[in-house]
Parts: sequence; structure tokens; C-alpha cells
Amino acid sequence: MREQAFDRTGRLRRLAPLVVLVVLALLPYSTLSLPGLFEGVLNSPGTLQLLALCLVFGGVALSFDLLFGFTGLLSFGHALYFAAGTYGANLLLTELGWGLGAAVAVTTMAGVVLALLVGSVALRVTGIAFSMVTLATAQAGSIIVLQDPSGLTGGEEGLAVARAPIPDALIGVFNTANKYWLALAYLVLVYAVVTWVTGSRAGRVWQAIRENERRVEVLGLRPYRFKLLVFVLAGLLATLGGIVHLLLLGGSTPRVTTADFTIGLLVMVVLGGAGSRWGAVLGGVLYTYLDSRLTGLASSAAIQDLPAWLRVPLSEPLFILGTLFILVVLFVPGGIAGLVERLGARRRDRRPEIDGPPPGRAVERLRDEVGAGVGAGLGTPRRPDGA
Amino acid sequence: MTTLVLLTITGLGLAALYFLVASGLSLIFGLMDVLNFAHGAFLTIGAYGTWWAAGNLPGAGESGWGFVLAVVFGVAVGTLVAALIELLLIRPLYQRHIEQVLVTVGLSLALVALVRAVWGADPRPFPRPGWARGTTSILGANVPNDRFLLIVSAVVVLVAVLAFLRFTRVGLIIRAGVENRTMVTALGIDVRKAFTLVFAIGGAFAALAGALGGIYLGSISPGQGTSLLIFAFIVVVIGGMSSITGTAAAAVLVGLVQQFANYYAASGVGDLSVVLLLAVVLLARPSGLRARLA
Repeated sequence: MREQAFDRTGRLRRLAPLVVLVVLALLPYSTLSLPGLFEGVLNSPGTLQLLALCLVFGGVALSFDLLFGFTGLLSFGHALYFAAGTYGANLLLTELGWGLGAAVAVTTMAGVVLALLVGSVALRVTGIAFSMVTLATAQAGSIIVLQDPSGLTGGEEGLAVARAPIPDALIGVFNTANKYWLALAYLVLVYAVVTWVTGSRAGRVWQAIRENERRVEVLGLRPYRFKLLVFVLAGLLATLGGIVHLLLLGGSTPRVTTADFTIGLLVMVVLGGAGSRWGAVLGGVLYTYLDSRLTGLASSAAIQDLPAWLRVPLSEPLFILGTLFILVVLFVPGGIAGLVERLGARRRDRRPEIDGPPPGRAVERLRDEVGAGVGAGLGTPRRPDGA
Repeated sequence: MTTLVLLTITGLGLAALYFLVASGLSLIFGLMDVLNFAHGAFLTIGAYGTWWAAGNLPGAGESGWGFVLAVVFGVAVGTLVAALIELLLIRPLYQRHIEQVLVTVGLSLALVALVRAVWGADPRPFPRPGWARGTTSILGANVPNDRFLLIVSAVVVLVAVLAFLRFTRVGLIIRAGVENRTMVTALGIDVRKAFTLVFAIGGAFAALAGALGGIYLGSISPGQGTSLLIFAFIVVVIGGMSSITGTAAAAVLVGLVQQFANYYAASGVGDLSVVLLLAVVLLARPSGLRARLA
């Protein structure tokens, strides 16, 4: 693999994210009109706002992929940390009148503590039970927000943020470009962090946990600590996403606290490709775009003219997205990223390769790294149930 | 005392609803290792099927035997949808549990969205037969009759399921499959038929819960199933993931805790204490109340 990193495709692969970044950063200067894709020209506030939302959810989807795709932890409570970000920062800014910097810092810490608390309980169980505990805790958060304790969270109405503590550059329709860059900066931050940690030693342990947790234990490592680490990190990144989302929308909505929100993240990651960085980001962008545009499409003439049996289901974006999701799970394993890898591999006539070691090799690689330690002498233990 | 009686019976009614949803979930999970997120959609389908039949199906109506027929229709639709989903979407992903869960997640989105597209997002008033609207006086408390309907239905279902698992050959295969699926397959028995069966049974119970929940709440809306599903999940986990009696016990516990805390503390506290209960049970006994199928 090392020699490939230096050939032309390898260099292209490394440069691609940079090129995409430059294009995205320059987008607010473009007056390009893409009829059909967006309603206004590219740098109109409406289009930029939609693009910024896409970027934020690209980042949040990537933080979820860190758990699901890279470590194999199916959390159904990721919404809790996103909600903690948006509601936490909102309350500090609006109720206590704090400055933006202090609010962001304290909210981030609160998000970390929350993830630490939930993770330390939830990770005591594995598999589906873990999913259930995370789902239940997130549901608790959702109930609190909807109950509107002492009129703090605004219940179903949501909560608008006070404008005074926020810098002028991030307020109003005219500054949508600044909010867009903020969203882009968030995505870049998440991408950089995820790239760094998944390449680190901890990242390789996470991949090994995804492959076979019991064998990681046999190697003398404690999966619990590594899982807690990734859980807290993903929670932290989601909290930051919540804060950016708050600044982008100028308020918090209870929709982001629900289980449906987490399920949305899951759909994004699976559509784009679990375990792939750019796949998860693309999934988040695509889902957000479709969710927003399909609503508009439903009322368009093209759909309204269809016979009722087609028109009625197509008027619901979630029906289309849900069906698309099922089709991807059934027929396109690995999502968009997996599809692209397979097409590329067919052309180059070599075996597919995902970010990190190929499936089935993560544990072996980890064992090589642990070296002559505890695990190496034990051969390759198999799980007794053969699963 | 009056309040106590009323709260207890209402809590038990809620527990009955949870049990109807959770028993199917725990059967499916026990046998197939699939947590069925589409279960809430089965409930919604059962509720809307009953509601539609009461208004449109010849012979069915909003009261008396006509209403019973409407409920039967709703349950039949739920059963059919569940069986078809197992055959067409779950079975091709045999042994790939995460993908199976993902498919049910996609179904939970798509089916609920479909119901919303056809009948709208607003709640629809649900027909309540005359006898369900009345109250019965117990120890001085006027208890609405629909609670008894729920409790009796759940008890009948509980007894029927236990008898089915205990005394029939298919029940034996299911019990054996929950304990050791590989061994059952090795003995030459096709467990997959049992998979379709538990999915159909689970769909029937969930659809029944949808119809009874409609009577209990007086109205139905597309998202109802999903919100009930989360509590049903909690019941399944507390009950030990794959045990029917454990699920029944957990349902009673969760229903009562939720009712009492919502009344004596504040609205919403009951829902939160259920989550707390889950955390406590998991910390004390990671395998839940009962480990195996009874």
C-alpha cells in the first residue's frame, strides 16, 4: 500500500479534500445559477443557508460515523449531545446573557460531561442493549425539553436566541455568508479531528473493536475505555455541531432532541457509507439537501400532475428517504462510498480499500502493533459461537 | 384511596399496552436477534386499519360486533404487513443483524410517512364503543371501562402466548431457537418458518395495541406508534430482552412507576423515572429482570 500512496492516484486522493475545501470556501463569491438544484443564485442568502445546513449535518453525520462506522457502536442517542449544544448555548446566551465565547466553552464542557456520564453507564452493556440505553437517555432529554421546565426551553415552540451577545457578523440575512463559513469551519474541524484520531493508535483499537471485541480483550486491552473515549469525542463534536446549528438558525427547535433526529443521522451515514469519512459527510449533505428540496418538489407541478397513487407517497420526503435507505441497505452495502470504491476497484482491477485496514484485518494489525505482548503468543483465538 | 385505585388501574392499563407491544418485540429479538424498529409502524397500521374499517368496511361499525370486526380487520392488516416484511425484506438479510435492524429503521420512517401522506398528520378521532365510554365503580373510584379492556386483552394474550410456547410443537421450536438457534438448525428444523411466525404474531399484537390504544387515547395520529415504541423498548430491556414473563413484569413495573410519578411528582417526571429505572436495572443486573424465555 505504501508505494501506491506515492503514485498519481494516491496524490490525487490526498489533494481532493483540499480542492473541495477551496471550492466550498469560495462559493459565497459565486453568482452561478443552478436552476433545478437551487432556487436562487449560489450566493443568495436562501441557497447559502441551505448549503450551510448541509455542511453542519455533514459534520454531525461524521461525528456519528465515528461511533457507528469506525467503532461499530450503534447509538440511538446522538441527538442528545447535539441538543445539549443548541439548547445549552442558547440558555447561557439568552437567559444568563453570557458572551459567546464563555457560552461555547461551558456548553462544550457540559456536552463532554454528559457524554461521559451516559457513556459510562451505557457502555456497560453491549450490542442492542447499548442502543436501547442511549435511546432511553436521549428520550429523557427530549422529554425535559418538551416539558418546558419553568418556561426555560420553550417546549414545542422552540427557543429563539438573544441577539445581543452574538457578534454582529453572525446576525441577519446579509451575513449568511459568514454563517456559511462558520459551518464550513465546523465541518473542516470535524473532518480533521476524525482523520487524526482514526489514524492514531486509539483509532486502530476502535476498528479492531468493530471487528471483534473479544479478541481485543484477549490482546490485553480494555475495550471499555476505548469505547468511552470515542463516545465522548463523538458527543463533543456533536455538541459543537449543535452550537453552530444554533448560530445558523438563530434558535433551537425540539425536533433536534428526538429519536427521529438520531435516526436521520443513521440514515445519512448508511446512505453515504459507514466507516468512510467522505461518505458520511456526503451522506449528511445529501440527506439535508433532499429533505429540504423534496418538500418543495412535493408541491411542484410535476408531482401534482401525477396520479394519486404516486403523488401521495411522493409528497412525503421521509417516505422517499426511508425507501431509499432500505434500498441502499439491501442492494448497495457500503453506501455511496462503497459503490465508488467498488467501481474504482473494478477499473483498477484491485481489491477495494476503505479508510483504514481492509475488513477482517483490523485485529491482526492491532496484534502486530501490540507486538510480543500478551496477545501475540495466543495464536488466533476464535469466538466459540463462530459468529 | 380513590386516587390510588384509579392510578393503579390506569397504570395497569398502560402496562397492558406496553406489554402488547413489547411481547412481540422480545419474541422477535429472542429468536432472531433483531430489534424491530418497525414495530411502532405496525401499531400505527393496526390503529389506522381499525379506524378505516369502522368507517368503510361493510359489516363493520363503530360499536358492538361491528367494532369487533373492525378491530379484527386492523389486526389482520398488521399481521399481514408484518409477515410480508419478514419474508421480503428481513429474510434476504439472514444472519446480518445490523442490516436487519437498519431495514426496520427505514421501514419505521417510510411506513409512518406513508400513513401521514394518506391520512394527514393531524390526530383523527377514534371510534369508542358505548361500553368503553362508561365507568365502573371500584372501591369508590369511577374507573373508565377501557382500562379493563386493555388489561383483560393483555392477560389473555399473555396466557395464550405462554400456552402456545409451552404446549405446541412450534412453540417448542421457538423456545429452543431462543436458547440455541444453531443447535435447532443443526437438528434439521427450518427455523426461518418460525421467524415469519414470530414476526406475524408480533405484528398482530402491535396492531391490537394500536386499536386498543386508539380507544384508550380517543384519537390516533401517525407518530403515536413511535413514541410508544421507545417505552416498549425500555420494557423489553428491563424484562431481560427475550423473556415473555420478564416482559410482563417489566411492563407492570414501568406502567405503574410512570403513572404514579406523573401524578404525584409532576407531569413528565414519570417518563423520566422510567429512564432512571432502566439505568438502575442495568447497573444492578445487566441481563435484566429475567434472563431467559420462561
